[in-house]
Amino acid sequence: MANWVRISSRSIGNHIRKRMNQGFIGSAVDINKSSGSSSALHGGRTVCDRNRRYLNSLPWNRATLFWFQRFKSTVAEKQQDSFLSSDTDDDQLSLDFPGGKVSYTSDMNFISESSQTRVPCYRVLDDDGELIKDTDFQQVSKEAAVKMYSKMVNLQIMDTIFYEAQRQGRISFYLTSAGEEAINIASAAALTEQDIILPQYREPGVLLWRGFTLQEFADQCFGNKADYGKGRQMPIHYGSKKHNFFTISSPIATQLPQAAGIAYSLKMDNKKACVVSYIGDGGTSEGDFHAGLNFAAVMEAPVIFFCRNNGWAISTNVWEQFRSDGIVVKGRAYGIRSIRVDGNDALAVYTAVSAAREMAVNEQRPILIEALTYRVGHHSTSDDSTKYRQSDEIVYWKNARNPVNRFRNWVQSNGWWSDQQETQLRSSVRKQLLEAIQVAEKTEKPPLSEMFTDVYDYPPPNLEEQEKHLRETISRHPADYPSDIPV
Amino acid sequence: MALRNIMGKRVGIGLMGSRALSTATCDVESGSAKSINLYSAINQALHVALETDPRAFVFGEDVSFGGVFRCTTGLADRFGKARVFNTPLCEQGIVGFGIGLAAMGNRAIAEIQFADYIYPAFDQIVNEAAKFRYRSGNQFNCGGLTIRAPYGAVGHGGHYHSQSPEAFFCHVPGIKVVIPRSPRQAKGLLLSCIRDPNPVVFFEPKWLYRLAVEEVPEHDYMLPLSEAEVIRQGSDITLVGWGAQLSIMEQACIEAEKDGISCELIDLKTLIPWDKETVEASVRKTGRVLISHEAPVTGGFGAEISASIVECCFLRLEAPVARVCGLDTPFPLVFEPFYMPTKNKILDAIKATVNY
Repeated sequence: MANWVRISSRSIGNHIRKRMNQGFIGSAVDINKSSGSSSALHGGRTVCDRNRRYLNSLPWNRATLFWFQRFKSTVAEKQQDSFLSSDTDDDQLSLDFPGGKVSYTSDMNFISESSQTRVPCYRVLDDDGELIKDTDFQQVSKEAAVKMYSKMVNLQIMDTIFYEAQRQGRISFYLTSAGEEAINIASAAALTEQDIILPQYREPGVLLWRGFTLQEFADQCFGNKADYGKGRQMPIHYGSKKHNFFTISSPIATQLPQAAGIAYSLKMDNKKACVVSYIGDGGTSEGDFHAGLNFAAVMEAPVIFFCRNNGWAISTNVWEQFRSDGIVVKGRAYGIRSIRVDGNDALAVYTAVSAAREMAVNEQRPILIEALTYRVGHHSTSDDSTKYRQSDEIVYWKNARNPVNRFRNWVQSNGWWSDQQETQLRSSVRKQLLEAIQVAEKTEKPPLSEMFTDVYDYPPPNLEEQEKHLRETISRHPADYPSDIPV
Repeated sequence: MALRNIMGKRVGIGLMGSRALSTATCDVESGSAKSINLYSAINQALHVALETDPRAFVFGEDVSFGGVFRCTTGLADRFGKARVFNTPLCEQGIVGFGIGLAAMGNRAIAEIQFADYIYPAFDQIVNEAAKFRYRSGNQFNCGGLTIRAPYGAVGHGGHYHSQSPEAFFCHVPGIKVVIPRSPRQAKGLLLSCIRDPNPVVFFEPKWLYRLAVEEVPEHDYMLPLSEAEVIRQGSDITLVGWGAQLSIMEQACIEAEKDGISCELIDLKTLIPWDKETVEASVRKTGRVLISHEAPVTGGFGAEISASIVECCFLRLEAPVARVCGLDTPFPLVFEPFYMPTKNKILDAIKATVNY
């Protein structure tokens, strides 16, 4: 036994006993003894077991035993420092390090990989659309509620009809937001028009809320000359400057660090506005998620990071995406205030986003919202999700957990909506959509010259040359080229 | 401009004398000029940029105290921490953040500490910045974004402090790539890049940060992008290069002169969109081309220039297009002298081309 033994004090004795109980110090022989009273152990036996497993995996040789000896003497030194302290607990003493003071402990404990319970999910309405007793929520007027509900229906029908149009070969691609109507509409409703949206791609309801017309949606999907994007991108890649909705791009999560930059600009201009950037559960695995949240936190930028956790990234279920308790727990890692909400509860989403917006704008800080929901539709028209998930699971969420029905029940129970209005609305929207599609289909495509503009502010010589050369080729071989694009 | 060759030995003044032969137009008024080095010239450009535009920002790793190459000295003190600030260590974040700032009409001047570390930002540069205007139908743009990064050999940099990654970026429609050869060029070009309404990647030859010293006008001036400059006139062969390599090429030209070979030397300055017209006019005059760059020869930007010249000037060419470039290896440490396209390698190639 080393010389520390001579410095006998109760505190040291207790401490050593602790250590021996943990199986950490003492003869290597005892290492497999189960721990006795380990009152000082945080996390209980598990930590001890883990330590033991770790220790058992060490190669047992003289070097290892020496290491133990060294540890003992380090412990002793610390004990000598705190010798006069009446506490057996060393936690009072603090250390100064870059980043601030931190108290230290001689108990080696690992923070558990997860809490005992998952972070609870904030909701206002139950599954039948009834207000949960004593719940905290932001009241919504009849006008607002009816508008929200109508837009949710709009979105549902728009999705159905555009999806059918793709199936009929009239547009090349589509993806729906089925199951996420509450997220789309209620989050948008809680914002002002000055708030800037950086979408992923499953948030057309935000545009719908802001007044993007069904014709404008159709024009983009058909890539005609009325498309603001000038026919350059696939369907659903909407963008609208007048609605403060940045153009969608396919790469996942790239919008998140951009959101931090945009929010920083708002901050510099002292605008009473924030940025809301959307991301799916899959997108949170991207490096840009980490970059975006960290930058927003450090720059104290007013961004709301809204994560639609719908359980699936194409065919990849959340269990294959991360091992954390969803996304809400990640906020703390960046020093970001976070909340988990029921994404299928329009009032909960509305309330949470309203509160988040206020904090973001008034306190100039980022907020993370994780909205739990379910992707009822396939990933896109290029996907058949029955190949990787159960049909009855899909049906369950489509019917029993439908956010539109749920909100409808609440709106109707307030006497603000009727079955008749429902029928009228649905048939009216459907009619408008079919008309919009017809018009969009007949509208001319953008002229060929638009292929060469906007690469730069002005076309450089190489593009001028290429356009000239291409036009010569077209005149020689017109049959190679689609006839609906004006040359 | 005082230079040292790769062994650190001081070599003759080249580019200063030949400025008189420059055919480039620039709006450099005759005013006071001071003899300063490259990092000071960059620093001056940044001071001017922030002074003249209240919506200009400078950010990146370690820029606040002045930067690892002192290019950002004095900016934080003068313009404040809200406009000049350190970012977390995350290149994709730096560029993504910069794109967002620029999209709101600001001039976002992002620094990547070494060009060797620009790759995490490649997605943001290629898929986002380069396509921002086009994909939105010109509703949005991030033209105010300028990304600056030190590039190139430094004598002891090895794999990760010596790279010349310009070729990767030259393959991306929608951005511009600009590389200055000297302090005076750097200040004027950087100001043009910052003010250009397109996202630009600006590579600064770190080798020249301290070693290149030149008279640089103290006022605000800009040099045009996408205009190559004939910095030495000649009639037997056209040499094309950019950045630090030009001074090596110029030494080769001077020696070739002694053997009666008249070399025309062109500084491309902007790699995309590049000034094909100036290069073509020169090739029509000389009938011979040699391109030199530090980056590995295969797939380097010299290949693009070579292919273009052959397309336009095949019948005029008296010899194959020569390329004297870095080798196809990761940039080595002790083998750097062997890797580099040296004056003598260039001279040998000049002679071989002329004697073809």
